[in-house]
Amino acid sequence: MATTVETPPTGQRESRPAPPGTGRRMRSSYPYWFYLPAAAVYTALFLLPTLAAFFFSLTRWTLFEYEFIGFDNFVQFFREPALVKGLTNTLIYAVVTCGLKVVLGLLLAVLLTSRVIGRGFLRSVVFFPVLVSTIGVGITFTVLMHPSEGAINQVLSLVGVDGPAWLTDPSWALLSVAFVDVWKGVGLATVIYIAGVVSIPREYYEAAEVDGASALQRFRHVTLPLARPATVTVIILSLIGGLRSFDLIWAMTGGGPGFTSDVIASVIYKQYQAGFYGLSTAGNVVLFLLVSAIVVPLFWFLNRREAEA
Amino acid sequence: MRTRRPNPWLSGVAILAFTVVFVLPFVFVLFTAAKGQQEAALLEFSPPTEWRIVENLRAVIEARDYLLVIAFINSVVLTVASVTLMVVLASMAAFVLQRRRSRLTGPVNLLVLSGLIIPPAVVPTIWVLQGLGIFKTLLGLILVEVAFHLSFCVLLFRAFLATVPRELDESAVIDGAGPIRLFFRVVLPLLRPVTVTVIVVQSVGVFNDFVNPLYFLPGEENATVQLTLFNFQSQFETQYNLLFMDILLITIPPLVMFLFFNRQIVAGMTSGAIKG
Repeated sequence: MATTVETPPTGQRESRPAPPGTGRRMRSSYPYWFYLPAAAVYTALFLLPTLAAFFFSLTRWTLFEYEFIGFDNFVQFFREPALVKGLTNTLIYAVVTCGLKVVLGLLLAVLLTSRVIGRGFLRSVVFFPVLVSTIGVGITFTVLMHPSEGAINQVLSLVGVDGPAWLTDPSWALLSVAFVDVWKGVGLATVIYIAGVVSIPREYYEAAEVDGASALQRFRHVTLPLARPATVTVIILSLIGGLRSFDLIWAMTGGGPGFTSDVIASVIYKQYQAGFYGLSTAGNVVLFLLVSAIVVPLFWFLNRREAEA
Repeated sequence: MRTRRPNPWLSGVAILAFTVVFVLPFVFVLFTAAKGQQEAALLEFSPPTEWRIVENLRAVIEARDYLLVIAFINSVVLTVASVTLMVVLASMAAFVLQRRRSRLTGPVNLLVLSGLIIPPAVVPTIWVLQGLGIFKTLLGLILVEVAFHLSFCVLLFRAFLATVPRELDESAVIDGAGPIRLFFRVVLPLLRPVTVTVIVVQSVGVFNDFVNPLYFLPGEENATVQLTLFNFQSQFETQYNLLFMDILLITIPPLVMFLFFNRQIVAGMTSGAIKG
């Protein structure tokens, strides 16, 4: 009897074989047709389109008829400056947002697990923007970041700093959106890190303290390595989110000025609007390959290192 | 970190900084939403000289033949229907996935993970929806939301199911329960905590979703709240007070969720995340 009980913490990684006999004996209680409703919706509206994308990316397509044109769409994707810009911007955006979320998320989590007054208030306040409409946040910050009238530059000018034109300056537009993305998303990174930091046994800190480790050394040699699973999660999640990101950019700059803040997802939308369905779908395939090429090896690498350590 | 008493200096600085960075933008929304048209156009961060909340509220609701009311109804229908479907479909799939180890387990797990990572292909999805005759319908969008969020729900349910003892299934089966009775009468009620988490997290996600309605439910008359807000941006260019009143209205449902279910939301987002 005891063998049939699952051990919760390892239950997520189903690498161990099931106890012999269990599956057969219980067969009728766990029928495969329970998969069916979920599988039908998932296959029709997710798997099928994903596979079809590979074919239609090689065509000139009107939704009703298509003409096979080989790799022309991809050639265009990597040749036209506006589209190449979208590709590099996607990478910059993902790396900047991911990096800032990791660093700020960890620092905020350390602060919010320490003894500060008003900890509950502070945690709620950091997390709330995660739940707010992205479009609403985008519009609010578009106004706050207005080059001359906006509250941010008004405050900066009070302390004698001449703030940049943020969203209307081509060299700042993408970064400005990335900052707002971090403002909205850092709360999620923080709560993940808090969960990680809280799970570190107190004894480690006490032992380090007895050995005379300073606060900085305790952070460097206890918190940082032991919060590693949280770091992995934050990196993976924010990279996936950053690479796909569309709504915030669309609400704040629409890819502008010009196409200086376009990312792949906004290129996909623009080509779709313009009726270039084949090219738009090629963009989807590029995004798919980019996400897989970055996230899958990273996932494998980070989890491997974790297993060794 | 190890000091016994809170550090008042650090606490003061933290509270001040957090308030400025994370609270003031919402105060700005509130102030601007309560201003008159000319005052709001100055984009200043100041309390309104005259609070006009009720007038602005009425104006924004009546705008374009009560479009916002229709959008709210659409969004609520979309959220309730898709989240209900997600809970039923995902919990059933997770139940078999967690309980029955077989040759299918590996491939199914792989499919679940792909659902988290792969960005959905837009135009081919429209092509499928059109083939099924449900493009530009609320039903089509509901099914799309279900398909795109299913993976995350399955992961949450599967993790929780691992903590529900199998002996329970066995005794129910001995008492003569078939698979349907076993799942819906015995197991599903035990999944209540994780079900609440799934409902809350996904409701906020679907309600705030902008991209999928933009692609799969175009058209004025069946807009959702996020689309309406986006369209108001160009339309109310000179009426910032009404634009921000709209933002304020759209922020209220997540705020209510947050006040009541803060713990479940955080639990769901962190636990689901750690599996990803």
